[in-house]
Amino acid sequence: MFLINCPYCGERDQQEFKAGGEAHIERPKQPTELSDDEWAEYLFMRKNIKGVQFERWNHAHGCRKWFNMVRDTSNDEIKAIYKMGEKPPAQ
Amino acid sequence: MIKNLRVKSSEYIDETNRISFKFNGKTYHGFKGDTLASALLANNVHLVGRSFKYHRPRGIMTSGSEEPNAIVQVNPGTNRTEPNVRATEVEIYEGLEASSQNCWPSVEFDIGGINNFLSPFFPAGFYYKTFMWPASFWEKYEFFIRHSAGLGKSPTSSDPDIYDHRNIHYDVLVVGAGISGILAAKNAAKNNFKTLLVDEKNELGGSTIFENNEFNKIDNKTPSEWLKKEIEEIKNIKNLEIKTRTSVAAYHQYNYLLARENLTDHLEAKDKTNKIRQRLLKIRAKKVILATGALERPLIFNNNDRPGIMLSSAVKKYSEFYGVACGSKNVFFTNNDSAYESALSLYNKGINVEAIIDIREQSESKIVKKVKAAGIKIYWSHSIVDTAGYKRLNSVSIMKLSNDGTSVTGSKISISCDCLGVAGGWTPAVHLYTQSGSKLKFDEEKQIFLPNQNTSEQISVGSCGGDFKIDEIIKNLNHKLKDTLNIKETDLDNINVEIDQENSKRNIWLLPSDKPLGKTKPFVDYQNDATAKDIKLALREGFRSIEHVKRYTTTGMGTDQGKLGNMHALGIIADTAGVKMGELGTTTFRPPYTPLTFGTIVGRNVGKFFDIFRRTPMNDWHVENKAEFENVGQWKRAWYYPINGETMHQAVQRESKAARESAGILDASTLGKIDIQGSDASEFLNRVYTNAWSKLAIGKCRYGLMLNEDGMVYDDGVTTRLGENHYIMTTTTGGAANVLGKLEDYLQTEWPELDVYLTSVTDHYATASLCGPNSKKILKKIIPNLDLSDESFPHMSYKEAKIGNIQCRIMRISFTGEHSYEINVQASYGIDLWEKCMEAGKEFNITPYGTETMHLLRAEKGFIIVGQDTDGTMTPIDLQMDWIVSKKKYDFIGKRSLYRSDTMREDRKQLVGLLTEDPNVILEEGAQIVSELNQSPVEMLGHVTSSYFSPNLNKSIALAVVRGGKDMMGKQLFVPMENKNINVTVANPVFYDEKNERLNA
Repeated sequence: MFLINCPYCGERDQQEFKAGGEAHIERPKQPTELSDDEWAEYLFMRKNIKGVQFERWNHAHGCRKWFNMVRDTSNDEIKAIYKMGEKPPAQ
Repeated sequence: MIKNLRVKSSEYIDETNRISFKFNGKTYHGFKGDTLASALLANNVHLVGRSFKYHRPRGIMTSGSEEPNAIVQVNPGTNRTEPNVRATEVEIYEGLEASSQNCWPSVEFDIGGINNFLSPFFPAGFYYKTFMWPASFWEKYEFFIRHSAGLGKSPTSSDPDIYDHRNIHYDVLVVGAGISGILAAKNAAKNNFKTLLVDEKNELGGSTIFENNEFNKIDNKTPSEWLKKEIEEIKNIKNLEIKTRTSVAAYHQYNYLLARENLTDHLEAKDKTNKIRQRLLKIRAKKVILATGALERPLIFNNNDRPGIMLSSAVKKYSEFYGVACGSKNVFFTNNDSAYESALSLYNKGINVEAIIDIREQSESKIVKKVKAAGIKIYWSHSIVDTAGYKRLNSVSIMKLSNDGTSVTGSKISISCDCLGVAGGWTPAVHLYTQSGSKLKFDEEKQIFLPNQNTSEQISVGSCGGDFKIDEIIKNLNHKLKDTLNIKETDLDNINVEIDQENSKRNIWLLPSDKPLGKTKPFVDYQNDATAKDIKLALREGFRSIEHVKRYTTTGMGTDQGKLGNMHALGIIADTAGVKMGELGTTTFRPPYTPLTFGTIVGRNVGKFFDIFRRTPMNDWHVENKAEFENVGQWKRAWYYPINGETMHQAVQRESKAARESAGILDASTLGKIDIQGSDASEFLNRVYTNAWSKLAIGKCRYGLMLNEDGMVYDDGVTTRLGENHYIMTTTTGGAANVLGKLEDYLQTEWPELDVYLTSVTDHYATASLCGPNSKKILKKIIPNLDLSDESFPHMSYKEAKIGNIQCRIMRISFTGEHSYEINVQASYGIDLWEKCMEAGKEFNITPYGTETMHLLRAEKGFIIVGQDTDGTMTPIDLQMDWIVSKKKYDFIGKRSLYRSDTMREDRKQLVGLLTEDPNVILEEGAQIVSELNQSPVEMLGHVTSSYFSPNLNKSIALAVVRGGKDMMGKQLFVPMENKNINVTVANPVFYDEKNERLNA
């Protein structure tokens, strides 16, 4: 059970949070200009890597804010947490 | 004849407090402070159970939670009964009853014991190999296997006890209150760390409090004397909380630990009532100090499982701590010095020790010399090759061990004995350590696995960290504490330790016998009856991974998780396969460390607290009026209102007719309601719904369809514009929370530039939906001054009004196709609103209807229910709802996906209506649809999603999704059922009032 440091509320138990998949996949500004393949890339393709992964998390049973987390999926070490819109830390 | 083996008083046993208890129906006596195991041993009862597979007689082996054999049923036949309890952990109390498990008719004479003689026919994998064919026989085999398997009986009536959960937070958690744990906790607390010290036993001190080895001294006292003083001291430290009878079950990541605190199991029945029996502690600790100690290993030799064969450390604890002699003729069998301490402890109490059999060639430590001087016979380089005594050990046979330890030579010597203490060295209890995700490494010299890489802020101290001698323990504890707590001084700095302990050890995982292995029974896992030959068989059959060998032989898969035998299993595999232990790894230690009761796991979430239910403000009225309820998400919704013993079908037919012929009323409070405000609210709706919103006038309502980004229908509902920058959105009952979450996600992450604020107001409003041709007259009676003319208040519009003093929002919208109004009031007025409607509607025979009638009425109109007629694979085009998809809008969620080649396929499943050839036949929801009957295999074209008998049309109607259904109007299809085929015709899904004339009726 993770202990997650919500950037708005501080350290809270994992059960207050919801995971939201890979981070930094921006919704295309002009979807209609995209080919089927390009749209599919945005829609379906996720990395799901073993190792350091950038993820979205939501403090669903708290402040309800979304934020980003850098997590090593091989040992669940949380390496960084930063707000939406902030630049990801250099790896 | 039973003789009392209580040999010497102990300060932990209160001999003035005599307690009687029953075991297997017979009454025995013990004293306050005894465990069931110590009390039975004092009564010279060793035989307590039968083994799982061969039903061999088994006795008490250990004195702690690692016990594999002495597992009993506590309080059998009562509602407090519990199976698989370790007799070594049960504290006796007046009236306690316990019985043996896995034996019939009794532990003394067990029919299943025949398995022991048939054992050559039960090798590893016996069940897998034997019951494979014929496959159809499995059900018959299963019946018998299930009857012969299983340990203990689960209770059959409900649990009378209360269980509890508690979240607690500490700076430092210390697990285990032996010498290391006590010193660690003391120093943490004294340095202002809020500290919790837990131990599974009822007394603090671990094994050191009965450590009377005269050659070891701490500050000139015996370790036991010294530690008792420390224990008194820590009881009064401010920052330190101590919990005994508390067993840590699980150690998860980020120092999250679960512990079971046992509060009443040691009390008499009369003292148990109305108290919390067990509490699950959910602990978050900044730092964890594991001081879980070490478990003594047995030795693996032929017939090493007879009652009377015990761990040497257990023999010592029973004598020192409980004052009980485990036998009158004791023999020890060892590969290290530990057994000498036990032997000396017995000797000093006047208990007879016949001999010590040591597989080492010699040892010159002080304690060995002392034992020699006491005149106890020591057989160096000898090994036990067999034991005798069916229900109680009566002798052991020993032979000289060869230099390489693989065979025995010379002549056999038989030694008569009734108790054998076995000492195979010590295994650090690293179970919790590995549960936390931390990694072990194998120490070749000590032949143990030790903590290596910690994943969280934790340290392992004392023997669980590999330190076995008191001087090493204190020295290493001291620097680990300074390091992890970041402190400069501890009170360990000035402790003076004198010791004379030797770690010399000769490790042989499987000891040889004079018989070939196949003719012997060297048990590795006592509880599951896995022997060394089973493990070797698994290797011969090609298993290599330790995890596979474990599952194939069931080694380590009992309720004790193989705490005693796992190391030997690994050792035997390594020796046989010729690999190093370190390369082999270990099996995974999984929580819980010792079994938990279901009560502890569920805590207070039982009965009406098992799951959360949400009830509408009008719920009491529905209950009073005998509504049947259905669960919709977490909501309890009125399903139908049977009167005069109506069936569901009859009630729904009556309600449906009444709603169309005169007036009906539905509790619609559960619909999700989201208040949307902000200067970009209209733009926001444009982006989340498929249709256009910018031009919706204030005071008007519009139906909206929401898609996922993949183009599939996600939710629907009516949204009303309350003001320039203010909307109220309704969602499906089940989808409310997810819709809010999705909208918030887009606002926060994709469109943070939009000025929009979302608030869930589902619970703030109660909603009554008034429907039918007389709904207008009823509303007029309730609010006489409101202009209800079609000009002033047309379909799809909204008005603010007052019912008496109650402010309300009224939407003229319809999910039934009838003229209807949805009236929203503050939730607390819901019941008043409802009763006013009922009162005003009396003259029109207003009929309350439930969700089933609502579903029927909307199906007559072909309105979809998201989640019933859609399943996450339906686009609006598939639903034949092209009209709601804006062609003009540049973008909305899911728009691009509607033009993907896959979503544009003509042969996708599409929503259609179905009419049965026989109008009285009602299709089953979920039934499959085919176009050919005489073909096999036949393509499934789709399935029925909604089906009802329509009383208003006097025929059955159904909605279905059918591959290419849009172009099949009028085509005949078939619904094959178990006993018949139903002929159906594809039809327009709008069955009733296709021109919507009734909306303005």
